[in-house]
Amino acid sequence: MDAILKSEERAILTLRQLYSRYGYVPYKMSRFEEYDLYVRNKDFLVSDKIITFSGDRGRLLALKPDVTLSIVKNAPQTPGVVQKVYYNENVYRDYREIMQAGLEAVGDLTGYDIAEVAILAVKSLQLLGESVVLDISHMGLVSAVLDSCGFDWETKIQAMEFLRRKNGHELQLLCKTEEIRNKLEALLVCRNLETLEMVLTTVQEQKAFQELKDLWQVLESSGCGDSVQLDFSVSSDLKYYSGVVFRGYLAGIPTSILSGGQYDKLPQKMGRKARAIGFAIYVDLLQQLHREDAAFDVDTLILHDGSVDTATLTAEAAAAAKKGTVLVTRSLPAGRRCKNRIRFEKGVRLQ
Amino acid sequence: VKQWINIALPKGRLGEKAYNMLKQSGYECPEIEEKSRKLIFENPEKCVRYFWAKPSDVAIYVERGAADLGIVGKDILLEYNPDVYELLDLQMGKCRMAVAGKRDFRDPIGRTLRVATKFPNITQRYYDSKCRDIDIIPLNGSIELAPILNLSHVIVDIVETGSTLQENNLKIFEEIVPISARLIANVSSYQFKEAAVRAIRNSLLEQVEKKK
Repeated sequence: MDAILKSEERAILTLRQLYSRYGYVPYKMSRFEEYDLYVRNKDFLVSDKIITFSGDRGRLLALKPDVTLSIVKNAPQTPGVVQKVYYNENVYRDYREIMQAGLEAVGDLTGYDIAEVAILAVKSLQLLGESVVLDISHMGLVSAVLDSCGFDWETKIQAMEFLRRKNGHELQLLCKTEEIRNKLEALLVCRNLETLEMVLTTVQEQKAFQELKDLWQVLESSGCGDSVQLDFSVSSDLKYYSGVVFRGYLAGIPTSILSGGQYDKLPQKMGRKARAIGFAIYVDLLQQLHREDAAFDVDTLILHDGSVDTATLTAEAAAAAKKGTVLVTRSLPAGRRCKNRIRFEKGVRLQ
Repeated sequence: VKQWINIALPKGRLGEKAYNMLKQSGYECPEIEEKSRKLIFENPEKCVRYFWAKPSDVAIYVERGAADLGIVGKDILLEYNPDVYELLDLQMGKCRMAVAGKRDFRDPIGRTLRVATKFPNITQRYYDSKCRDIDIIPLNGSIELAPILNLSHVIVDIVETGSTLQENNLKIFEEIVPISARLIANVSSYQFKEAAVRAIRNSLLEQVEKKK
């Protein structure tokens, strides 16, 4: 049963198992959403190329480019309540269909919920591959460090772009003093909390640092330590992301396969009193990892010239299908390879 | 287990210079120095593999993971904005992205400016930042011809010494951004081969600092 599933399908099954074990429930969204929802939150989307349709009474609908917005739109606002959902959905960007799996926790989040999502991100990666890394950063901390450097908004955005690219040479050019230069250099190459703590000065920095440190300790004590590392080049839009952000990699896949973080500002922008964290996994990318290039397309090929009766062929096919895959045909389609071959010629069975 | 590092070099003088720097850093590959029709060159001892690529393709090889590292001009990075890490400014292949036109050119402020270029994205961003309405004329070579034949008012192109411009009675009017060669890395390779990637980067940095 397992063998017939494609790697992406297998991945989705194991991920669903993992998420439901932690009390997440499946979320199914409609294929079309009001275009308005996406336009109002355009910057939150990875791509702004949305495919639109006109619906009834002149409504403008969009083929879903994203799942998160729909989940957050209905975020619970009752104190103490957190809605935990997972999904696997096709989303549409740039006229491409992308299979995406992921989860979101929205509502009255506690430190536990944040740690749980980060741990599930690590566990998800571990289910998908052997050699994995989850890079973790904290937007509140990055933002506070850049504020402490006295950057205006424009310079701050520029600095974040250089950080994102690990571009130390151009980041340096923005620094007016040696102290600022050292601080940003520490942020750029930082892989452990200790070296970072030494360069922090302001209250905002300390506060965000403490949040990150708390999460870090939980990740280490829950056995995820080997798979996570600090990396402040992970960054997301400051307009939405305020806390921890992360990006996951599998050895052998050239881009990140998992991306997510805490985006409290999105529900706030939608007028909801809630916080939110989640991540998405680009399941399609697994195709690059598993080269499912079997040596044979079919186990048994039964070739016949039409001279043998259907009952005989049916019996042969049934016998072969018990052992593996079978294809009954009068000639083998070009480019297909078979392991065993049975031939019927002029009513005679030839091996 | 030692991991292989794949490096994409841009064909031409810049690529050769970059290889020499890598060689000095201890990542030599005798195979590449021999004349041959091979496409890929390996040094198993150093676990390093080189290949030559069209300069504008280097970033694609690196972004898609066919190469872990690459040497590429900043102009390519600005134009195509590939999702790669930019680890070092190699301070070579220095030139500028500039706006040039005929000596007697005066900006026709009331009209759309016609700009010929190989770099439509850089050009568009630059003029957007100045709120100037332009008509981009995409060309693939001999950009200098465009203003001479009145195909365009100006050109946006890479200028090294400016002698081609001068010989053709053209002149630089604005400089957009300085350009030089950069060391880039695939984002995923950086996670799994960080030690090797940083060793190469730091060793190249030492050479850059020495030359200063």
